[in-house]
Amino acid sequence: MVNLTTLDLLLSSLFILLLAFLSYRHRVKLEKKILFSSLRAALQLLFVGMVLQTVFNYNSIYLVATISMLMVLLAGYEIQARQQRRFLGGWGYLNGTVAIFISSMATALFALLFIIEYDPWHHPQYAIPLLGMLLGNTMNGISLGMDRLTSSVWQQRRVIEARLAMGESADSAIRNLRDEAIRTGMIPILNSMAAAGIISLPGMMTGQILAGAAPLEAVKYQIMILFLIAGGTGLGVMAAVSLSAKRVFDSRDRLRLERIS
Amino acid sequence: MYLISIKQLTTHHIGPIDLSIKKSETVGISGSSGSGKTLLLRAIADLDPHNGELQLSGKDQLAFEPSVWRSRVAYLATESHWWGEIVGDHFNGDSEPWLELAGFSQEALQWSVERLSSGEKQRLAIVRQLIRQPILLLLDEPTSSLDSKSAARIEKMLLTYQQQMGAAIVWVSHHHDQLSRVSSRIFEMKSGKLQQWSTEELNNG
Repeated sequence: MVNLTTLDLLLSSLFILLLAFLSYRHRVKLEKKILFSSLRAALQLLFVGMVLQTVFNYNSIYLVATISMLMVLLAGYEIQARQQRRFLGGWGYLNGTVAIFISSMATALFALLFIIEYDPWHHPQYAIPLLGMLLGNTMNGISLGMDRLTSSVWQQRRVIEARLAMGESADSAIRNLRDEAIRTGMIPILNSMAAAGIISLPGMMTGQILAGAAPLEAVKYQIMILFLIAGGTGLGVMAAVSLSAKRVFDSRDRLRLERIS
Repeated sequence: MYLISIKQLTTHHIGPIDLSIKKSETVGISGSSGSGKTLLLRAIADLDPHNGELQLSGKDQLAFEPSVWRSRVAYLATESHWWGEIVGDHFNGDSEPWLELAGFSQEALQWSVERLSSGEKQRLAIVRQLIRQPILLLLDEPTSSLDSKSAARIEKMLLTYQQQMGAAIVWVSHHHDQLSRVSSRIFEMKSGKLQQWSTEELNNG
């Protein structure tokens, strides 16, 4: 593996500077955002790198568990923050967090215990990156799905109520919107599976290969990760969207839009 | 015995309202925009949260499954909303007798919703509700956007249904002449409360 120096990183930042300059020159007005986001990403990653280094040194199950929980809570927050229309009160946060907790944790634990089977199974070198990959992707799916559901319920409120007024149950009146929202949440991962290897080389695999792993070994890992992500995302999206679809109605099957901002 | 009896009905914006309606009776409600007429109909249909006691044929609203209540008590919004491409997507059950009553043949089920005229749309929206054979119709200005010919047709169709099924009707309208034509009692909604018109006011239209 070729180790990168600070100078190497600075060299790679030249493109960011070029981009910011072009944005300024052409009045795209993104230069501040470009610089800030790049700096923020670099700092966040450096911080995580230091944290991971420490965690690897300690290799304690409690530390891994604490960090995992923190990651889940942050992902839950991020899901809520990405919603255009949110559920009021703590409910929206709770829903997204529970869904991502169940789906990501379940798939990560399954992979650690039955697929990777490293000794000890909770070794941070495997547990943290795996959970991170799963969280990042399920988070995307869940927030897309929930956002689609709440916005389409809002747009189609009259239709939903017309169906209720015809004696349909809440479940039947919202079924097509719910299914559409689940599809929306699943599309990114399905697309990236379809494109994997042909149009794009997945980041994880690329990283492993750059770091010196044999391509076939890297590919095997990538396949496993893709399957886990698809499974986790699907479970998470279904859980979050279904719960949200119930939450827009009350116990008398009345549409309660005041629960959404 | 009343078909529907409403006692002390309140929501955030309207009430308290007491109203009892017999089988085959039509009650008219007029009132300015924003006086709460629609809110009253929506509360009776259990589409909005509300307090108070509602009984249908002596049975409490809460004893009905929501979907069963809304099949018996059909709310017809001023503007109809459609989700499928063709008319038939919105119908389940035997639509034939009701389509006929509304002056349509079975072919109408294949029509594209987008191509319907506003009169056809409203008549089909009513047919959509009648298939479930509701015993109480809550009509929210059912003819407000229609010309007088279409309006007369809809009036006739609803009253025929009423005669056949013994259904009760709550008819909200701005047209006093329409209300005095179709209803036996007329109320005015004023800042969330119902006031009955005297017979004199009724006769003067």
